[in-house]
Amino acid sequence: MQSTSPNFKQNAKDALKDDPLQAALGKLTNGFPIRRLEAAARLPEFEDLRDAARDIKTHVLENLDLYLEAYEEKVIESGGHVHWCQTAQDARETILKICKDANAKTVTKSKSMISEEIAVNAFLEENGIEPVETDLGEYIIQLRDEPPSHIIAPAIHLSKEQVADTFREAHDDLDQDRSLEEPRALLEEARAKLRTKFLGADVGLTGANMLIAETGTNVLVTNEGNADLTNNLPRIHIVIASIEKIVPTLEDATTILRVLARSATGQDISVYTTFCTGPRQAKDLDGPEEYHVVLLDNGRTDMIGSEFHEMLRCIRCGACLNHCPVYKSVGGHAYGWVYSGPMGAVLIPNLIGMEEAQHLPHASTLCGKCESVCPMRIPLPKMLRKWREKQFKAEITAKTARWALKGWAWLAKNPKLYRMTMNLGVAVLGQFAPRGRFKSLPLAKGWTSKRDLASPAGDTFLTQYHNGPRGDQSGDLIRRGKIR
Amino acid sequence: MSHDASPRVGLFATCLVDLMRPAVGFASVKLLEDAGCVVEVPMAQTCCGQPAFNSGDTEDSQDIARQVITTFETYDYVIVPSGSCGGMIKCHYPELFEDDQDWAPRAKAMADKTYELISFLIDILNVSPNAAQFDGTVTYHDSCSGLRELEIKDQPRKLLNNVSGLTLVEGKEAETCCGFGGLFCVKYPDISEKMVDAKVDDIVASGADTVVAGDLGCLMNISGRMQRRGIDIKARHTAEILADMADIPAIGEPVDEV
Repeated sequence: MQSTSPNFKQNAKDALKDDPLQAALGKLTNGFPIRRLEAAARLPEFEDLRDAARDIKTHVLENLDLYLEAYEEKVIESGGHVHWCQTAQDARETILKICKDANAKTVTKSKSMISEEIAVNAFLEENGIEPVETDLGEYIIQLRDEPPSHIIAPAIHLSKEQVADTFREAHDDLDQDRSLEEPRALLEEARAKLRTKFLGADVGLTGANMLIAETGTNVLVTNEGNADLTNNLPRIHIVIASIEKIVPTLEDATTILRVLARSATGQDISVYTTFCTGPRQAKDLDGPEEYHVVLLDNGRTDMIGSEFHEMLRCIRCGACLNHCPVYKSVGGHAYGWVYSGPMGAVLIPNLIGMEEAQHLPHASTLCGKCESVCPMRIPLPKMLRKWREKQFKAEITAKTARWALKGWAWLAKNPKLYRMTMNLGVAVLGQFAPRGRFKSLPLAKGWTSKRDLASPAGDTFLTQYHNGPRGDQSGDLIRRGKIR
Repeated sequence: MSHDASPRVGLFATCLVDLMRPAVGFASVKLLEDAGCVVEVPMAQTCCGQPAFNSGDTEDSQDIARQVITTFETYDYVIVPSGSCGGMIKCHYPELFEDDQDWAPRAKAMADKTYELISFLIDILNVSPNAAQFDGTVTYHDSCSGLRELEIKDQPRKLLNNVSGLTLVEGKEAETCCGFGGLFCVKYPDISEKMVDAKVDDIVASGADTVVAGDLGCLMNISGRMQRRGIDIKARHTAEILADMADIPAIGEPVDEV
């Protein structure tokens, strides 16, 4: 998809004025984070599990080549096919070829961020194949031609009224008198539409929460069961997954499952957790005739060993979004591409380029909340800073900002000059701020446009401390014995 | 270095305290001296370098860090009345010199003996309650770096609860960022405004008449926004209250309102 990341500032401004979005984001604050806390409190070993989950992925990333080959061997052994794709284009074409070889007209899809990353829906449509999203949230945003605004809750930016309007517009046969006020009615409307799609699809395209090297299995986690109908009913099941989704064993997969849903929605486990291994076997009652895995790199191997290596531990739970005060202020679309929040701000520049995504690593106060809740303990603030460092080195940072920073740093490196400047500064500012604070101040508009600025309280601390007070407030009060 | 009954402490006042709020510096000196420390305030101090570090200017961050280390490394302890600047020295200086054989050990030694003021009083000096008096209802805002980099949570509350006349109430979102974020607040003023408004609303809902925190950056942001919105809640640094210096005007309040 075409990114709007360069417009982050404007996107954010628009988002802050979007009332339905703000109402939806307000609900987020009281939802997922509280449920995550409760889920963690119910499980005394939760913090240890986070360590264990982190260690599994750390180990995998150090031995990724071995595990990928072992995984491929098992998929082939179980009768499936593995397609290695370096770029998004490779992956799109591979998926199209499988569909065309099968004469497919309709492809049902369960939720997959990688499919968003490679923008496969638009590509299939261009080639005469109808993709149908079957996750409720994804289905809604597909009708609206929007990208997801959250990893696990793609339509979280919409109110139920907006969803009702979307259905009325898209579903020609919908009785205009029928009430769509209740969420239940919306669900039933979508379900009725999707049921026929499930039954008629030629190909089912799913993502994978994990790929298990020990068995050649892909793991699917949903709350709606739509992934099961997607992978079981059509003749062909295609799994699209990026290479870092590998875990060594079934045991490892269950360890990660124990932190995944708890971190994401605060559930102990998702409603449906499905393990798919190969196509239908002789004794199976159902299942696809063909099973394909499209393994995508799309920049991951460049991240291995880089400053952003640890980002590859991410399991896309969305906890960092749910807890990020910036995400909760502007929502996911402001970030301008498939991912959002802290993980998006780290990952997006890796995938679409540092310059295109240059705002994102700065759109954070580095408050550290994301890292504190990340089940894989990814040092997100540290990596945001790494992007800022790379931008500064590459001189992408705006010239005026660079010069201002350099000038200030030069002062900070020359204590005597710094001292003179500060003394001069408080003397000048003191003249203009008789009432304790500024309502506006030239060169500080970024600050004073939103808040008052306290004025310096007399001489600097160092001057007062070393030279004695000169009519300023705190030093003077101390001298007068007003403060002990 | 001496480690006898009177530790020799270098006070790193921070650039904000130095420039905007000398009272926090004086309060820090008082609290440290009352706790039996010998306090010095080296003239050669400027800033910890965090604005450069968070902007990706590694070279300048390292230069400034070297200067801070050189200025302060002879003290038994380096005390900072800020979780943010304390976190910079304690957590990020070692990171800055990871690949520098000469400076890595000096950065590590500096990190090891650097503490944020309030946590130092409790965790290292184990001070007993002092005689401070403050009549009012106070809510404490956890600054991000203090809370998540330095694990400062109970220490200030423990001391504030001992202040006579002071009632401590908790904001639901005490641990949520106030939207300051250094240069963030001027780079993205609209997002910052949204965040600080949420913080201010939470403080109002707590019923407090004073918000207290360990970081002047957060306090100036929060108080500046409250003043812009016409909300009459005062903002003070923890040290001011503990050192019994609440006689002086609160942050952004004019002198003649004392």
